[in-house]
Amino acid sequence: MRIWKLIKGLWVDIVALIVAGIVFVVPFIFIFLTAAKTRGEAALFQFSWPSQFQLLENIREVMAFGDNRMFLALWNSTVLTVGSMTLIVLFSALVAFVLQRRQDRVASVVSSIMLAGLIIPPAVVPTIFLLQWLGIYKTLFGLIMVEVAYTMPFAILIFRAFMASIPRELDEAAIIDGASPLRVFSSIILPLLKPAIITVIVTSSVGIYNDFTGPLYFLPGSENVTVQLTLFSFMSQFGSQWNLLFANVLVITVLPLIMFMFFQRQIVSGMTAGAIKG
Amino acid sequence: MRSLPRPQVVQQTYPHWFYLPAGLVFIVFFLVPTALAFYFSLTRWSLFDATFIGLDNYATFLGDPQLMTGLRNTLIYAVMTSGLKVIIALPLAVLLTSRIRLKGLFRGIIFFPVLVSTVAVGITFSTLMQPSTGLINTFLGYLGLPTLDWLGNPRLALFSVALVDVWKGIGLAMVIFIAGILSIPVEYFEAARLEGGTWVAFRHVILPLSRNATFTVILLSFIGGLRTFDLIWTMTHGGPGFASDVLTSVIYKEYQAGFYGLSTAGNVVLFILVTIIVYPLLRFFNSLELEL
Repeated sequence: MRIWKLIKGLWVDIVALIVAGIVFVVPFIFIFLTAAKTRGEAALFQFSWPSQFQLLENIREVMAFGDNRMFLALWNSTVLTVGSMTLIVLFSALVAFVLQRRQDRVASVVSSIMLAGLIIPPAVVPTIFLLQWLGIYKTLFGLIMVEVAYTMPFAILIFRAFMASIPRELDEAAIIDGASPLRVFSSIILPLLKPAIITVIVTSSVGIYNDFTGPLYFLPGSENVTVQLTLFSFMSQFGSQWNLLFANVLVITVLPLIMFMFFQRQIVSGMTAGAIKG
Repeated sequence: MRSLPRPQVVQQTYPHWFYLPAGLVFIVFFLVPTALAFYFSLTRWSLFDATFIGLDNYATFLGDPQLMTGLRNTLIYAVMTSGLKVIIALPLAVLLTSRIRLKGLFRGIIFFPVLVSTVAVGITFSTLMQPSTGLINTFLGYLGLPTLDWLGNPRLALFSVALVDVWKGIGLAMVIFIAGILSIPVEYFEAARLEGGTWVAFRHVILPLSRNATFTVILLSFIGGLRTFDLIWTMTHGGPGFASDVLTSVIYKEYQAGFYGLSTAGNVVLFILVTIIVYPLLRFFNSLELEL
């Protein structure tokens, strides 16, 4: 009876492992193998070990392509992601702090605007018009502002839910001791928000780094290239050079992979718990 | 119950100007363009000058079969992806909260695609779905199953892209369901197991009590589905022909062609579509919300 149960249990494990392996792991192995092949062999799309393993050469070629364009793209994407995330965390935490603590009419207006920001699809061409009018179209600064505007509602939602677990007595005690509101925010609230800040950084920074539509509309031009757009130009530039295209995919996936390895535990154990209650 | 702090103290401790930096950016870069969209959708527009033409753009939109296909496809795509994500992710979450071994590994493997660039996923699956040499058809042929022209068949292309969307997004839905299941008190499971085993536990405890998680998954993937662009654009460019065009790809094509007014009208149509579907859904879900 017990042995039968053990076998039954293992049977589910094994089937799950095989299915997950085929569905979720094989595509990544395919990327890796193709990135290591020669041009001719890669075009066959076969799931096979490369007869001539040249992963490093391919990556070097991708990095050097078009006057080291990849380095520029990585730099631009890093500035975009870090710049946006800094402002998103700071601005959203300020809003969530006041929003959760004050239940007045302003707060309910802010809440419904936040909800609208989560749901409404942004109007692209009018945004281009506005950026042009402000003189920041085709600039990283302009795109950062747009990303900040699009991402803040989500960050505020997460921060507000988490703020509820920080006791109000802490703020009151600090105020009685003579701290200014900004001081309360920076030395008490911000450090205590850390778990929520990590959640927002993990989810949103990957979203911004991987954003394709934003740079496509608001940051055109080869000197402004971001990592996602390198894929597209490579597709047309290289034609059928699938080995380089997939080497390119590998290069730009390194950052999300690092993020994943650092925060895997938070991610897989219900980091969204706060988001569900909304 | 403790007394609420006096209004003046609240005023001083939680000043309204804390809304200012976020509010300024949000108003300038989100609300103003949204408001402008309503005006510019009524014009023939070249970014430099706009001629008011009333509802002509909307008439063009509704009269053009290609654009209407985009509208219909958007709805099909959103319904299909959000439905499949619930159907697949919920049992998956149940399995990965049970006593299965290597739980963490499975969760990690299934979640990872969420973090990978949509464009990269699109490129990868375009090659995997190649009709003659692609890995998927090779595998199907190996099993003796019929092979399909995944992206080349006009009646199939949209569904193929939707399947890839589900593949990429299932991890997020799963994590939300896992959080929902873990928040159900353990006693409920024990009671159900005594009553009638695993199926009873699933049918009468997990299914009803993970309702909030289900709503979250449906809402997120529905909104995401209506706004989808990256994957469609990478995998099919809306083709073959216009068979897999969605509203956002139509908006982009009109923008590329220089029809800014028409493109913006498409944006307003999407705006209205999202609003009339998502707000009632949100209301409905909120009225059913559970307190555990």
